[in-house]
Amino acid sequence: MLAIIRRDLLIAARRKSEVLTALFFFVIVTSLFPLGIGPEPTLLKKIAPGVLWVAALLATMLGLTRMFAPDHADGTLEQMALAPTPFGLLVAGKVVAHWLVSGLPLVLLAPVLGIQFDLDAGALGILVVALLLGTPLLSLVGAIGAALTLGVRGGGVLLSLLVLPLYVPALIFGAGAVEAHISGLGAGGHLSLLAALLALAVFFAPWATTAALRIALE
Amino acid sequence: MNNKIINWFKFASPQSFYPLAGRMIPWFWALTAIFTVAGLWISFFVAPTDAQQGEGYRIIFIHVPASWMSMFIYLVLAFWAGLGLALNTRLSGMMAQALAPTGALMAFLSLWTGAFWGKPMWGTWWVWDARLTSELILFFLYIGFIALQAAIDDPRRADKAGAILALVGAVNIPIIYFSVKWWNTLHQGSSVNLAKSSMAQTMLWGMLLMALAFWMYAIAVALTRARAIILERERHTEWIKEVVR
Amino acid sequence: MQWNSVGEFFAMGGYGLYVWGSFGVCAAAMVIEPLLVSKRNRDILSSLRRERLADEIESQQS
Repeated sequence: MLAIIRRDLLIAARRKSEVLTALFFFVIVTSLFPLGIGPEPTLLKKIAPGVLWVAALLATMLGLTRMFAPDHADGTLEQMALAPTPFGLLVAGKVVAHWLVSGLPLVLLAPVLGIQFDLDAGALGILVVALLLGTPLLSLVGAIGAALTLGVRGGGVLLSLLVLPLYVPALIFGAGAVEAHISGLGAGGHLSLLAALLALAVFFAPWATTAALRIALE
Repeated sequence: MNNKIINWFKFASPQSFYPLAGRMIPWFWALTAIFTVAGLWISFFVAPTDAQQGEGYRIIFIHVPASWMSMFIYLVLAFWAGLGLALNTRLSGMMAQALAPTGALMAFLSLWTGAFWGKPMWGTWWVWDARLTSELILFFLYIGFIALQAAIDDPRRADKAGAILALVGAVNIPIIYFSVKWWNTLHQGSSVNLAKSSMAQTMLWGMLLMALAFWMYAIAVALTRARAIILERERHTEWIKEVVR
Repeated sequence: MQWNSVGEFFAMGGYGLYVWGSFGVCAAAMVIEPLLVSKRNRDILSSLRRERLADEIESQQS
């Protein structure tokens, strides 16, 4: 599993432009909102959690199509399915690699963008924690969609159609945590629910993903 | 006991299911007609005018059944999907595929009638009410299922991929519902309750009859569609040639 | 029975647009869907019949 993570990270390092594109997409989308809505700080502060989260959802979506497709094309995926190591573990490794490449940078970048929206230090901290819990969830759920649409006509658009509705709970609790903190309600409840969802996804998502991959490989 | 098991598997083959469905469809249409007439009669001529909502409340006689059916059909669809994955029967996938468009239609009707009910009652076509929002997401899930199956050419793979999606969706529906509900109470967008006012006995009856009518309709349409799917997929088998004769 | 005339029935106490808008679309959808499904059924059946006919002609010629 570690070997898989290392390998995927190496591949990502060779294709820096793709990773950077997703990151800049995140930056640009969040910067467009103030331009579209107006520079009023109170309003921006109000929409900041939602905007940052929606942009994060879309940015992680960009990398999803590349999660299995190249390995499927050159036959590596088939080798993995037949390898003595459990396939589920290898798939989990690929999900972790996806998160390290396209989830973690968003988490690190989000506070910088949060400053644009006039969020204070406490809110920024909550934002980072929420994204830290939420982005792995996005990678796990997205992996199911990526596996289902592997090698399918119009896979990219279809993928977003399948996955975005399933992202709704992560969006609600993730953005809700920051909003609850700003309004003084405390973000504990949201964050623990987000963590619970993550725990649930860690157990079930790799299983569903491997099942979907086996179907695609048949 | 042994006999029973054999019988079940006998009907699980498309070949014996096809004529069986053909015989059952007219009965379900008849039941649909009876329940619709009875339900409409109660909805329009027996149920009294509501004290708060006037005549406008009569929309719930189709809104509530459509919402119920949209959720129920998704459960049935997920059930067939799970059965198809577990037992690897051909018919289960066909049934799931036959149910999806009807389920999507029910979700759409539920949204449509919800909007037409909301306009006079809340003064707006759409509110981000927990129920409406979950229904919208359910509609998206149906669309995703249909789109995924349509995009995969190999029917066996389409069935299995759709089955996994349906099961993932079924696990997610309660999570989505509760998250949306929670989100809604935090934001306090709309505090109007759907049909919370004490319902008259006749109203409940009307709603139940209409729900039965929708149910029978869904079965009849799904069976008809299942027959078409069987014909399309098994077109090169011998028994189909006998059917066409 | 709370309706005194047909006009009153269709007016639905001022909610006519909403009530009939809902029931109308619902009825239309539930008429159109079975029609589309049975058309799909007929189409596949007729194409199967044509296929069969073609097979028969072919076997007669050979």
